[in-house]
Amino acid sequence: MPFFTQLAHHFLPEVILAAGVLALILIGAWRGERANALVSESAVGVMGLALLAIVLSSHSDASVFDGAYVDDAFSRFVKVVTLVASMVTILLSTDFMRRAHLDKFEYPILILLATLGMLLLISADNLIALYLGLELMSLALYVVAAFARDDVRASEAGLKYFVLGALSSGMMLYGASLLYGFAGTISFTGIAAVVSGSAPIGVVFGLVFVLAGLAFKMSAAPFHMWTPDVYEGAPTPVSAFFASSAKVAAVAIMVRVTLTAFPAMTSQWRQIVVFLAIVSTLLGAFAAIGQTNIKRLMAYSSIGHMGFVLIGLAAASEEGVRGIAIYLVMYSAMTLGAFAAILTMRVDGKPVENISDLAGLSRSRSATAFFLAMLMFSLAGIPPLGGFFAKYYVLLPAVQAGLYPLAVIGVLASAVGAFYYLRIVKVMYFDEPAPVFDPSSRTVGGILALSTIFLLFFWVYPAPLMDAASAAAKSLF
Amino acid sequence: MVTIGLTHYLVVAAILFTLGIAGIILNRKNIIVILMSVELILLSVNLNFVAFSAELSDLTGQVFALFVLTVAAAEAAIGLAILVTFYRNRGSIAVDDINSLKG
Repeated sequence: MPFFTQLAHHFLPEVILAAGVLALILIGAWRGERANALVSESAVGVMGLALLAIVLSSHSDASVFDGAYVDDAFSRFVKVVTLVASMVTILLSTDFMRRAHLDKFEYPILILLATLGMLLLISADNLIALYLGLELMSLALYVVAAFARDDVRASEAGLKYFVLGALSSGMMLYGASLLYGFAGTISFTGIAAVVSGSAPIGVVFGLVFVLAGLAFKMSAAPFHMWTPDVYEGAPTPVSAFFASSAKVAAVAIMVRVTLTAFPAMTSQWRQIVVFLAIVSTLLGAFAAIGQTNIKRLMAYSSIGHMGFVLIGLAAASEEGVRGIAIYLVMYSAMTLGAFAAILTMRVDGKPVENISDLAGLSRSRSATAFFLAMLMFSLAGIPPLGGFFAKYYVLLPAVQAGLYPLAVIGVLASAVGAFYYLRIVKVMYFDEPAPVFDPSSRTVGGILALSTIFLLFFWVYPAPLMDAASAAAKSLF
Repeated sequence: MVTIGLTHYLVVAAILFTLGIAGIILNRKNIIVILMSVELILLSVNLNFVAFSAELSDLTGQVFALFVLTVAAAEAAIGLAILVTFYRNRGSIAVDDINSLKG
């Protein structure tokens, strides 16, 4: 295939984002402070264009750039989720960043760059593409984590994220070098062909290092230690970005690496994934109980949810991947909705973050309280909300794959987790009222309402999402 | 007379990698040392790539090493920039002073 045909047919979203980033930097540099709102809105527009390019593309699967890059149904599905989550992040950010005096034009550009990295990561089909995508995403994320540069907590969050992120990339790279050396190739399908017989011990080591590095990025326990601190310290919309898009992309590449590069080593990597899944779900359930800060609580909640995603991966089946795809959609909707609710928490112009600040919210802001309560029910996995279906479709394949203990632990962890989600509902509806929140911006309220409505009524017409998820899963097998 | 083979390179790289990890985990003094340890890890990876590349007579490893070098430079720049903002706010770059967020 000629280079430009590949570019136009299978690489268009990335080209749009890259060109958009360059154009917006120019505009920002030229217009300075006056360009803030324009750049922010254009960034959403650029991502919308990329989204259109994916939706309207020919939907033909292809491996392009000498097998470095793959465009298949799975990558398109995850890219759509990522792009939507990134767009929502920017929309959520505008009001918060303006009030925090952080509305600089660099912020949407960094989000765009990180999103570009995520798209590259999702479609990566060899180790170099994986590494470059991962680093483009991470380097932009380090900077946005520390974006509130006059705030000691934000710069500390950025520093922690940087150090642990660099460590994890180093580990992943070391694994990549071992894979390259012992498999003799960097392409995922090439590695799969080499290890189809008996895997050299070097490949097994490489696999372990790569999985550890990726587990860091998706913050699966025991590689989660940065998550609560970074979520608490970073500006709230940035935490929402970390919790949604960044995790979606990391999960996607985890799934792709394990299933396309190591299909013959399922029994080996399944042990690792099962271990990560058990530790993550349990830690997510128990460590969140004692939290008082709602952003920290969301961090532990996200760790627990990553555990559930890994339960789906442990099944190593098409149904498992379909479950993961559905989980990513539901998880993004729940997380972004919950962070939108956190963004409405503002008393006398100052953001507040404690769970006790939500007390009596049902009396002062009944709509917000209702939406947040529904989101909490969904996060806890109570039917018929979206979160229940997400959990159902990852636990079922695990049972079908004979992983009964894992599924049982997942259900138990979910029951424990319900405690702290329901505690928030109790605080909002039955506790003595805390100071009333300021009126929130319309965008934030709208996003909160939309995500809740999506989760509430998903069961009415699930077919489009289920079909897309099935197609996505099929393309990996 | 010992001929230096692939194994020697791999062992040196493994030692460097372990030193880098240990430097990050055990170091209780200074964040600059952590940045140096990160570089050490990346260099050990590069050594691995180049050694494998020579052993396999395949250029991919060297190309990968060049990419790693480039990204490492960008990473160091960003790391130092974040460190400067941290120093401005906290007035210290001691590892023990990274403690305003408790986890």
